[in-house]
Amino acid sequence: MTYRWTLTMAMSIVHRITGIALYAGTLLLVWWLLATAAGPGAHSSFQAFAGSWIGRLILFGYTWALIHHLLGGARHLVWDLGYGFGPNEREWLTRAALIGSIVLTILLWVIVFAAGGLR
Amino acid sequence: MSGSKTSMRTPLGRVRRLGSAHSGTGDFWRQRLTAIAMILLIIPMIVIVMTVMGRNHAAAVQILGSPIVAIVLALFVIAGVWHMKIGMQVVIEDYVHEERLKLVSIIANNFFSAVVALSAIYAILKLSFGV
Repeated sequence: MTYRWTLTMAMSIVHRITGIALYAGTLLLVWWLLATAAGPGAHSSFQAFAGSWIGRLILFGYTWALIHHLLGGARHLVWDLGYGFGPNEREWLTRAALIGSIVLTILLWVIVFAAGGLR
Repeated sequence: MSGSKTSMRTPLGRVRRLGSAHSGTGDFWRQRLTAIAMILLIIPMIVIVMTVMGRNHAAAVQILGSPIVAIVLALFVIAGVWHMKIGMQVVIEDYVHEERLKLVSIIANNFFSAVVALSAIYAILKLSFGV
């Protein structure tokens, strides 16, 4: 390769990877809803998973993938409308989506723990 | 474009709604539409999930089965599954070039999406109407 690997290129493939992760992650959404609909036993099994070490790790990753894909997608909508293609603008948008996703994910989880959720 | 003089139709008008699948830009449009829907629904969804987190079963059922919450959940599921089905099809078409495998992958994608959507909607309705 003769060209430089840029942040926008990396974010392009990360957008696809997070999309695929969220696709698989819908199984967690379905499990959560079905377990709650099924009854107290199934519900507590899901709660036990969500509160476990591995469960929290997966849910944390899921939160980041969701927010990153959302912000990255909003960036794509801006581009769809024909804005943000300048060399500074596209870098700025890409950085904002990446930093924003990390900050918002950590902020959400701080709120979750502060509120005493996921016991 | 010498032939265009015989018609009043613009070049854009002639290609609109056509294309290789005879459905034009339908999926492109629906992917953007569902994306906008989820941008609007994400904050209510986060509030719902964080409210229900860590609560006991009875409280979770009461919250998830209440009308506005159930409607937000159902809208999010419909927009999300539609969006992910189109997105996965784009990924398959980009990377899977063997015709039979591509066909099987696209069928599997449709089936997975249908199962996810119906299971989630079933659960939401059961939470709303009980039994």
